[in-house]
Amino acid sequence: MRTSKLRGKNELRKLDGFKFDTGQILLIISVAILIVTVALPMLMIIYNVFFYKWSFDWKLFAQMLTDPDNLMAMWNTIKIAFFVTALGTLVGLFFAWLIGRSDIPLKGLMKSLFVVPYMFPPFIGAMAWGLLLSPRSGYINKLFMSLTGGRTPLFNINSLAGIVFVEICYYFPFVFIQVSSALERMDPTLEESARIAGANQMTVIRKITMPLVVPAIAAGAMLILISSLSHFGVPAILGFSRNIFTLPTKIYELIYRSAGSFEGIRRGASLSVLLVIVVVLALALQRRLLQAGHYDIIRGKSMRPMLIKLRRFKIPMLVICLLFLGIIVVLPLFIIFAVGFLKAYGLPLKLENMTVENFKNVLFVSKMARDAIKNSFFLSISAGIITMLVGTMIAYVIVKIKPKGKGILEVLGLLPYSIPGIVLAVGVILTWSGALHINLYNSIWIILIAYIARYMAFSLKSASASLEQVHNSLEEASRSCGASHFESLLDVTMPLIRPGMVAGFFLIFLPSMRELTTSLLLYGPFTRTLGVAIYSINEEGNTVQACALAGVTILIIIAGEFILRLITRERKGR
Amino acid sequence: MAEVRLDNVSISYGKKTVIEDFSLHVEDGECFTLLGPSPCGKTTVLRAIAGFEKLQSGEVKLGGKTVASKDKRIFLPPEKRNVGVVFQDYAVWPHMTVAENVYYPLKKKKIPKEESKKLIELTLKQVRMTDYAKRLPYQLSGGQQQRVALARALVASNDVILLDEPLCNLDANLREEMRFEIKQLQRETGNTIIYVTHDQDIALAISNRIAVMDKNGKIRQLGEPEELFKNPVDSFVYRFLGLSNFIPVEVVDNKLYVQDESEKILFSNTLPASIKKKTFFAACRPMNIQLTRDGNLKGRIKQVMFLGNIYEYRVQLGKYEIRVQQDAFSAFKNGVFNQGESCALQMNNLRYYEDVEEVSA
Repeated sequence: MRTSKLRGKNELRKLDGFKFDTGQILLIISVAILIVTVALPMLMIIYNVFFYKWSFDWKLFAQMLTDPDNLMAMWNTIKIAFFVTALGTLVGLFFAWLIGRSDIPLKGLMKSLFVVPYMFPPFIGAMAWGLLLSPRSGYINKLFMSLTGGRTPLFNINSLAGIVFVEICYYFPFVFIQVSSALERMDPTLEESARIAGANQMTVIRKITMPLVVPAIAAGAMLILISSLSHFGVPAILGFSRNIFTLPTKIYELIYRSAGSFEGIRRGASLSVLLVIVVVLALALQRRLLQAGHYDIIRGKSMRPMLIKLRRFKIPMLVICLLFLGIIVVLPLFIIFAVGFLKAYGLPLKLENMTVENFKNVLFVSKMARDAIKNSFFLSISAGIITMLVGTMIAYVIVKIKPKGKGILEVLGLLPYSIPGIVLAVGVILTWSGALHINLYNSIWIILIAYIARYMAFSLKSASASLEQVHNSLEEASRSCGASHFESLLDVTMPLIRPGMVAGFFLIFLPSMRELTTSLLLYGPFTRTLGVAIYSINEEGNTVQACALAGVTILIIIAGEFILRLITRERKGR
Repeated sequence: MAEVRLDNVSISYGKKTVIEDFSLHVEDGECFTLLGPSPCGKTTVLRAIAGFEKLQSGEVKLGGKTVASKDKRIFLPPEKRNVGVVFQDYAVWPHMTVAENVYYPLKKKKIPKEESKKLIELTLKQVRMTDYAKRLPYQLSGGQQQRVALARALVASNDVILLDEPLCNLDANLREEMRFEIKQLQRETGNTIIYVTHDQDIALAISNRIAVMDKNGKIRQLGEPEELFKNPVDSFVYRFLGLSNFIPVEVVDNKLYVQDESEKILFSNTLPASIKKKTFFAACRPMNIQLTRDGNLKGRIKQVMFLGNIYEYRVQLGKYEIRVQQDAFSAFKNGVFNQGESCALQMNNLRYYEDVEEVSA
């Protein structure tokens, strides 16, 4: 018996009796799924960029890297991301503080309105702002020029500044949400004791509140940075017409212009590698800058914070808030629906120019629009269900079974979170269009695979969170009652995490409904999604139809978001 | 038929060995307690019997059948061991009613509906939860959830029932009540019970036999509660089983003195036969010391506390402080000592140990 200690690891493992138990089977399936959906596309990109016919070849990459157009695109990407992150963080921080720590009225309403941009597809926002502020035909610019009598527009949205502006509108909620919840959870006595110790209001904010919310700011800012660097929709809609490219839009353009030729895709893949390098470097840099301090004093929940009296600034601040919300939420929403009802683009926004024909058309007549709605529903529901189930399974392996090498699972599962959608799409093309003797190109399945990889991280995170709530002893209790591992999963764990799984489904369903980036590279003649359809109708110049379809999309998303709220509220109630 | 046998079992988490070369034999129908400070690996022993831990070496047998063995390459999963477990956090399934919770093991054993119904009724009656059958766990108190967990372990008439500190999350009154109920249930059902706790009161109350474990997962003493209480083999066991004083003593001229440089205090005229060392410890429980007005062993009252049933004194003996407890009514009768008064100590049921170990329970 003593000698067993001296035996090798492998031999010891064999002694465990069973060859495969449920846990090991789940582990193997999880690893296999992640390798196929996530690791393979990434490896295919690297292989195709650096190898040509099985031999190392870095010429293509070097050539792409020295092309001034590409460098320009890279520079634009970095500039946009920098300004969006810096300004978006400030905006998010300002409003989070105002709502979390001041006595500004109408808090409940504003809190929910501030989160609206979070669910609004940015490329539809970009369309809306194009309608409002494009230099010659934008409604606001036209109004401005008719008022001043001049020919200079108020603001040209088709510019780097315009792109930055629109992205800020949709990305500041990342910081807003993070900081709001940190402020809510922060123990107010920390601030109060500083006041008692003699610090004035400004000192408290500077020395106590700020340092304590720094981790929340960092987390939010990181999300903005990643999102902006990989963002496609806004620069595509606002920049293409002015030849303003970012790396993601340049990748799309390279592939689109070569009509999907292998050479074009290889070039796109090279830029993808460059984009990933930029993302990784930016993240590393940001981590260094914000490493300064990490506090864990933010704990517990809902204590009454001391509110700062705004006094004579109360009304001006409220006006600023409402104005800001009006501009970033109401105005774009209004213009999309208003133009959607117009008989023809360019007509003044008057009631006699309105019609419901466009909506009728996209919902009942246009085959492309109806196909798009059908495809998007099919894709979002199947991606939602599959990704939620697979994500739950992988999360189960990571959280409960804790096998050796669970780190690999975590890395692979969360990787797509920081891999830009366009890069993932390129990888999926390289993997599934015949290189491995499976050709899914132009079919709906290739889009489904891309969605699954893209949203795996969402599912993994939400499933891990709900699994951590289920204590191990609950499953062990059912094992000792005579249930096999699989049965106890089915009878105990699954029912307990079911609400979390439903919420997880919607967390995938909703972004899939508004997805543009990956679908745009992967769609075929009959597999347009809502995003692709809106984008192409808009590019064709059929603005009113595009707006009508965008309106429909927004309504679907709002309905989904509403259902999600209902589910999560019910969960909290119990 | 369900005796439990562990032979030379070793278990480790990663590099940390929790129990090593551990052997234990629990007889059929016995209520056996593993008593020890936390953490001492007692829960790990329980989990090894239940099938939640794999063995590094050794063998586990239930009712004569090997359920886990490193050498024979056997590992029976928990569901095939016919062992009921009551967890420290109850682990009552929150999405099932009380009756559903209790029905689950019967369902897994494919016991017919009619028979199941009777069994559920009977078991719920045993744990006095009949009125709550339709409730969901969140509508129950901790003690009630505890009963549900107990019923769930009992209902399928398992060979062995394992209880992991099931009472330590309950308040004191409930704990005492449940103590009796567990004992009662065990008598009625005749199951083999293995009970894990760090609470010596419960251990002494319910067990046929107790094994006292130390922090390294070793059994220090194994025996019936009375035997353990009467003859603790070492200071660890002594200290673990109740309140205790340890007085350093030394042998001078064939007599026993309290170790003290400034004073010469005669402790006893006779020497304990078992000890060969010159200096060692005398152990005495506070309740076994009689305080009198005069006697040989003089002390001074430092502090007096009235605790209802008992008076508790801190008595200065040389440079040592001794805890003494007196029955309140005999104290009333003989006169209560005041702070600062001098007194004499008469120590009964003394035990001697060569050294004293720290216990952190």
